[in-house]
Amino acid sequence: MNIDCPIPLATEELVRLGHGSGGEMTQKLLREHVFPHLDNEWIRQGHDSATLPLGSERVVFTTDSFVVSPLFFPGGDIGKLAVCGTVNDLAMSGAMPLYLSCSLILEEGLPVKTLGRVMQSMAETAAEAGVKLVTGDTKVVERGRGDGLYINTAGIGALSHSLPVGPQQIQAGDLILLSGDIGRHGMAIMARREGLEFDSPLHSDCALLHGAIGALLDAGIAVHCLRDLTRGGLATALAELAEGAGKDFLVQEPEIPVSGPVQGACELLGLDPLYVANEGRFIAFVPAHQAQHALAVMAAIRVSSDSKVIGVVGDTPPGSEPGSQTGVRGRAVLKNTLGCERLLDRLPGEQLPRIC
Amino acid sequence: MKYLDEYRQRSSIHKLAAQVNDTVTRPWTIMEVCGGQTHAIVKYGLQQLLPAQLQLVHGPGCPVCVTSLEIIDKAIAIAARPEVVFCSFGDMLRVPGSNGDLQSAKAAGADVRAVYSPLHAVRLAEENPDREVVFFAIGFETTAPANAMAAFLARRKRLRNFSLLVSHFLVPPAIESIGSAADSRVQGFLAAGHVCAVMGYEEYLPLASKFRFPIVVTGFEPLDILEGILMCVRQLEQGKHEVQNQYARAVVRSGNMPARSMLEQVFEVATQDWRGVGSIGNSGLQLRSEFAEFDALKKFRPVIAVPETDSGCISGQIMLGHNKPSDCPHFGRECRPEHPLGAPMVSTEGACAAYHRYSRQVSTNEH
Repeated sequence: MNIDCPIPLATEELVRLGHGSGGEMTQKLLREHVFPHLDNEWIRQGHDSATLPLGSERVVFTTDSFVVSPLFFPGGDIGKLAVCGTVNDLAMSGAMPLYLSCSLILEEGLPVKTLGRVMQSMAETAAEAGVKLVTGDTKVVERGRGDGLYINTAGIGALSHSLPVGPQQIQAGDLILLSGDIGRHGMAIMARREGLEFDSPLHSDCALLHGAIGALLDAGIAVHCLRDLTRGGLATALAELAEGAGKDFLVQEPEIPVSGPVQGACELLGLDPLYVANEGRFIAFVPAHQAQHALAVMAAIRVSSDSKVIGVVGDTPPGSEPGSQTGVRGRAVLKNTLGCERLLDRLPGEQLPRIC
Repeated sequence: MKYLDEYRQRSSIHKLAAQVNDTVTRPWTIMEVCGGQTHAIVKYGLQQLLPAQLQLVHGPGCPVCVTSLEIIDKAIAIAARPEVVFCSFGDMLRVPGSNGDLQSAKAAGADVRAVYSPLHAVRLAEENPDREVVFFAIGFETTAPANAMAAFLARRKRLRNFSLLVSHFLVPPAIESIGSAADSRVQGFLAAGHVCAVMGYEEYLPLASKFRFPIVVTGFEPLDILEGILMCVRQLEQGKHEVQNQYARAVVRSGNMPARSMLEQVFEVATQDWRGVGSIGNSGLQLRSEFAEFDALKKFRPVIAVPETDSGCISGQIMLGHNKPSDCPHFGRECRPEHPLGAPMVSTEGACAAYHRYSRQVSTNEH
């Protein structure tokens, strides 16, 4: 039987929205069209931020752009998001965030009052984070060439401890801690866009996470790896870290908290909460004997007060290499309430609503 | 969550699975017709709870998968017109046509929008009188009433800038076609609950008698599916071939009469081309002549190159229950969800995408 694919593929590839989903398409775009031009030892680390030597000190440096629509949503706005996102990226390296830049790309016709509201929100969030916005840039594009307002922030943080934090540090037997319920940010935005209303409204989880991370480190928890859950959701983060660590994870689905409104909105729109974006949640990999202590520390801090152990790191699959793209990879396996197992993959492209 | 948690409860599901295990005494092959059921089966790993002798094969009920290459090419041609706002359900956007998909057309400048309802497209037409709004009306009997309603409303509102690109499919002729195939392995069917919520299940009675296989109208939650399977294997073990209704909380024998009457007013039965399967008589819907002005094919007359045929594609074999996705040499290799070679790898309801996402062997590494 001839089973060649009958469908010829398009010759010229264009950037599609799925390339910005933070999942497999994004990785492929970076691997093929970005990294080859920029190769160096820090890019090769493949983290959301780079840890750099500066004299005798080490600093952490990161950047993030914010293009959310609508600009204001329940639980936050683009300004709060722009500070939280960059502060959280720094915190996930175990750094203390210090300084942020702020670049504004404004669309002709944006009410200056709107800009004022966003800037006030940035200032308030920066004050809460204890970071200073120290430099920036402003550009204006013609009407129709932007979505009102885009923000880019870059941030610098200081590493005051010598603990290595990253996927390679993940060890067999580590427990996986999740800092709270998932899917709030993505569903708050979707519900606003689709005009859905619920009895209890959906609020974004957009929040600063460096306080919780700092508390874990101060308490002497030997944190092996941290990851904030953003685009691609919990599932994509777990799949990427399993691959980066070269280890298998076993995650218990019934332990993953999802609020009623998020679950309801996901059911209505045909989406999987495991793949929905968050802006104020993280997972931490800690040694099993310190897990209860870590949970107690996180419980005392508001953003992580509902932390739970959701899984455990297993052994290295035979023949696997950490970070392997092609060979045997570490896998994230999800065990559901029925005791049945399935693999978690990265989000392939955009999460598209199902037909029925 | 209320009305869902009850149907996902561990103890009830394990109890039903045990009953299926107790009932089955020899090998049986059952087809779940609907892609939504396939999705639930692989997502919840229900096969892991069932006896090895019971094989589930996945039917043709994935609307994205059965939509022909020709109609996708025509959709892309219409979407590329500068005056057109092309609206579609989300999953259709990534189905490859002969040369790219609707998302690529969007990246190249077409105004393509994912909407949740055809009535949203009607509203867009009202709000944008200077644009031509086209809705990609695809799917089975489930989505057809809302699409019929869109045409009905557009006529009542005298909208001249709204049209439907219709590619509708009917389930019973597909079951008939599978039952008639000489090499069919399927011994019993789970019919799609939501299709029957609209149409009822009277039209399945002659099919069950003619082919002597049981048909159980089944819902979409894990408990529904296991109960449907149990009802089906009980009949098989007893040598019966009746139509039974597992999904009684949503389905009545004669269906939803207002929805059926809306369908009847707007659409008529026509021959339909199933991707990977071929042409099946009386298996589709087209707009009645009274609604011809809302037919996007008549309005835009898209000209496309003759599409490559699907004759070599294994998707037809999968949708007829002859092969499983993992039988395809491209599965999980060249053909992946972010780079689909065929339609069943696109929608989460497509058997290949569902398999890829949820049920690649957990015990072996496939990359």
